[in-house]
Amino acid sequence: MVDIKPEYKPEGLEGAGYFATTLSKAVGLARANSLWPLPFATSCCGIEFMATMASHYDLARFGSERLSFSPRQADLLMVMGTISKKLGPVLRQVYEQMAEPKWVLSMGACASTGGIFDTYSVLQGIDRIMPVDVYIPGCPPRPEQVLEGILKIQELAKNEDIRRRHSPEYKAMLANYGLE
Amino acid sequence: MPIPFDASNLLSPAQIRQAEWDALGYNTINLGPTHPATHGIFQNILQMDGEIIRHAEPTIGYIHRAFEKLAEHRPYNQIAPITDRLNYCSSPINNMGWHMTVEKLIGCQVPKRADYMRVIIMELSRIADHIICTTIIGQDTGATTGFLYFFQMREKIYEIFEGLCGARLTTNIGRIGGMEREFTQDVWKKLETFMTEFPVALAEFRDLVERNRIFMDRTINCGPISADRALAYGFTGPNLRAAGIDYDVRVAQPYSSYEDFDFAIPVGANGDTYDRFMVRIEEMVESFSIIQQAMSKMPEGPIHADVPAFYLPEKQEVYSKMEALIYHFKIVMGEMDVPKGEVYHAVEGGNGELGFYLISDGGRTPYRLHFRRPCFIFYQAYPEMITGTMLSDAILTLSSLNVIAGELDA
Amino acid sequence: MELAIHNIIGEKLQTLLGDQYEGKHLEYDFMVYHIHKSKIAEALELLKTDADLNFHFLTTLCASHFPENKGAEFVMMYQLHNMYQNVRIRIKTQLPENELSLPSITQLWPSANWMERQEYDFFGINFEGHPDLRRILNMDEMNYFPLRKEYRMEDAGRDDKDDKFFGR
Repeated sequence: MVDIKPEYKPEGLEGAGYFATTLSKAVGLARANSLWPLPFATSCCGIEFMATMASHYDLARFGSERLSFSPRQADLLMVMGTISKKLGPVLRQVYEQMAEPKWVLSMGACASTGGIFDTYSVLQGIDRIMPVDVYIPGCPPRPEQVLEGILKIQELAKNEDIRRRHSPEYKAMLANYGLE
Repeated sequence: MPIPFDASNLLSPAQIRQAEWDALGYNTINLGPTHPATHGIFQNILQMDGEIIRHAEPTIGYIHRAFEKLAEHRPYNQIAPITDRLNYCSSPINNMGWHMTVEKLIGCQVPKRADYMRVIIMELSRIADHIICTTIIGQDTGATTGFLYFFQMREKIYEIFEGLCGARLTTNIGRIGGMEREFTQDVWKKLETFMTEFPVALAEFRDLVERNRIFMDRTINCGPISADRALAYGFTGPNLRAAGIDYDVRVAQPYSSYEDFDFAIPVGANGDTYDRFMVRIEEMVESFSIIQQAMSKMPEGPIHADVPAFYLPEKQEVYSKMEALIYHFKIVMGEMDVPKGEVYHAVEGGNGELGFYLISDGGRTPYRLHFRRPCFIFYQAYPEMITGTMLSDAILTLSSLNVIAGELDA
Repeated sequence: MELAIHNIIGEKLQTLLGDQYEGKHLEYDFMVYHIHKSKIAEALELLKTDADLNFHFLTTLCASHFPENKGAEFVMMYQLHNMYQNVRIRIKTQLPENELSLPSITQLWPSANWMERQEYDFFGINFEGHPDLRRILNMDEMNYFPLRKEYRMEDAGRDDKDDKFFGR
């Protein structure tokens, strides 16, 4: 019989035939390894995301191969590429449509800060309209960086308290962005 | 002076005619801006009679990044990174096009070796561009296998680009006046491996898709455009050639020593999705042959012209020679002496004639830089092409036109 | 470059337009024809429909802004292509700031539709007879024409860019 060693195991009490941990940890573990990303790919970074999805880098290894094109079922909003002021409201609507818990990953310099496009038409970073969990620098980032970004999101998902999204701090943070 | 905003005159033709369509019982479908099947940010408001599209109203500009304004504020050598992001599937062609535009303005003759190196890089990126388009057509008809297998070749091209310049996608290869460095041994080795692997992979992909019954039924007569309409709508590149017109900038106005190479211009007959797919496949074969010729005929010699005012000197010389230090400083600070004048230079980009219209007033930045972006011009024909077809054909037409959002919106 | 065809073009434009044809000059590899703005539509129609000239393809068009050049602040450029003989020409016309309007050429080339909209969006040039002259790339709510020289590249409403950090 093969001795299976899980790569990651939350803290908890362990004994013959049982393992006890907090509910948050158990839920987090499940959430982290089945993130459904919503790719909001606008420009160059989207092509690198395609490379990440394709066979060479294979995002499926991290449980995120099931792209959810409907915001309603997505857990992770991946914003890739320049977001112009014209597109800002669309992106925000997509974010509002997503159900909690939701995470946002901002891929590339343009989505994070506006990048080299410091012009009248470009939104200087999506964190002006929505909270962002992980930023990936680069123009565009390499697929390895994208994978690491997803791993960071998984880390957040694993360690998140299930009550966080109901806390007053979280609500206050959303209110900062004018979200409910 | 700013003009006051008046919302009353902003109704689009679709909004004006909405009531008429409602009376006919048409359904209004908003396709995009973020639709999974449109690869990029394209919005089309469709009036659907059942499954048939009766009218389409495109909205563009969702990733408008103001390239033309940005270019007016940047020194000449700092514009190359902007051009990367025009058609990001084949950035090196854009870079070379920009460098050649400035070379034309300053009247600089690039040595043959640099020309040939440029040709190799441009043809590699043309292959990379066509790989995206052809595999995405496959993907949209349900042939995901082709995407998964053939996309690996794109990774190989990325690796070559990485060896050349350190970047995969937004390459910024080349300098005004030539190439920045020789191909390393490693790059030659990777290139040779690519040259042996690519025909096999292409043959495999062709076997999978090209004569596949489902694929052919799905793409033949899907989104056709006649040669006349294509010309009227300003089509260039593979999409025009698919309609049967053998116009190719590489042949019509040869640049970068393209006249030295022997290659054919594949043309289609019907201008439908299948023809656009096949033209791109055949072009990959031709590009492959051009690379082969360039590799075998590669001349010896310098890799850049003698234009010290534009071409960064060797680092060694910057440390030891005063002139080199002065030029280095001037180039890095963007203080170049550029003649007054206006030039237009066009290259055959992945999607057609990519033109740069540059007005210089002798200052450190271009006075005006206008990009002739092929996608922007031919995407206008899209509503006409999809009117009367099914919704699923509209998706396929879009992916076979290979509209790149970065180039569309600039 | 074939000069013969350029002589023919010059003569034909001269006969059609008279004084409104303002001459030609060679700019790098392009022959540039200057035409008064009142006759631009006729000139382009001649170039397209005349059997000898046959400039059937509109490569691109763009405007540019020269605020110092009083009385002719805007310059409009059209580039035409005759693919059969492989000749390209450029047509230029000057526009004063207070009369920013030109006839639309969408009747001649459908491809001019979005190109003209783009120049309207950037410079505010009014193309008479255009079927749908709205902004195309920028938001409809925008209240200025961003590519005019007096407007900054950056968004005017930015407050996070403190000039003292950027040495301006």
